[in-house]
Amino acid sequence: MHELSIALNLLDVAAEEAERRNIKSVEAVHIKLGPLSGVVKSALISAYDLAREHSPFPDSRLVVEDVPIVIYCEPCAAEQPAASIQQLVCPVCHTPSGKIVMGREMELTALEIADSEIEP
Amino acid sequence: MNTQTRLVQVRTKILKQNDVLARGLRQRFARDGVTVVSLVSSPGAGKTALLEALLGRLRDEFRVAALVGDLATDNDARRLARAEVPTKQITTGTVCHLEADMVAEALEGWNTGELDFLFIENVGNLVCPATWDLGEQLRLVLFSVTEGEDKPLKYPTIFNTADVAVITKADLADAVEFDADAANRSLQSVRPGIETLKVSAKTGEGMGALLQRLRALRGGGKQWAE
Repeated sequence: MHELSIALNLLDVAAEEAERRNIKSVEAVHIKLGPLSGVVKSALISAYDLAREHSPFPDSRLVVEDVPIVIYCEPCAAEQPAASIQQLVCPVCHTPSGKIVMGREMELTALEIADSEIEP
Repeated sequence: MNTQTRLVQVRTKILKQNDVLARGLRQRFARDGVTVVSLVSSPGAGKTALLEALLGRLRDEFRVAALVGDLATDNDARRLARAEVPTKQITTGTVCHLEADMVAEALEGWNTGELDFLFIENVGNLVCPATWDLGEQLRLVLFSVTEGEDKPLKYPTIFNTADVAVITKADLADAVEFDADAANRSLQSVRPGIETLKVSAKTGEGMGALLQRLRALRGGGKQWAE
């Protein structure tokens, strides 16, 4: 299970971003996860619950936004959602495409903080 | 108590630290003129056997070395050392994959400028290694004829991060009634356009084509980390 390594990396990156913005307390950490990231969402959430205890945000939640796999289809000259992770095929013209536009994401997107954290 | 919350937008890659290190490694390898090839596969697909065969054939022509990742033993590194090229074991303990910092640490004391090829054998695992960029120029994913033609469909992500699929243990294909067409359909479904080679480290079948592919790589470049 590599999700624990990823959770630890995530908390490091989140702590760094919070420090840069002078944020003391984080309610939730929001991430984007693509199916081609190789990360199992449920395993990452469990790993996060373990890893957060030794982080600056021991009570924080992990909020995961799933993103779809999008490929670029040459014949359609357009971005199209892939049929599935096992079929990187255009749903319109059925041409396979290895050009992945979206789906590998593993990104910290936002820190959710209490309003009281915001200085007037 | 005010329970209102708000979102502070940030946009940072979770594996930023690894990606930065991997980019640094890739720059170093390019500067030193060493071609770095990594191997990923399930346990037992034949990474070490293929590496033994490759090192044995390349060492007369090039300066080659290998790093070998394993959870606990150094059996593979000892096997590869018999090819009489520099090898080093990376013992990962409980970690099921290699990360860029492990590669950087293993290379301490090595002058990569004195090498033409460096091979990195990842831990045998078709899930975890997919996520980590090691600064390699080419990633080979191995898949043996004994594993079932649908292996790529079961582990699409690792096949998706690889540049070349190497079907191994070709000498056993007939015995296990390996269906090459079905395997190719699985591969092309999860990674359209992926280059595929079929080899047997034991009989040497297909090794010539793989060696040609590696020779052609020298001088090329791969941009993986952003």
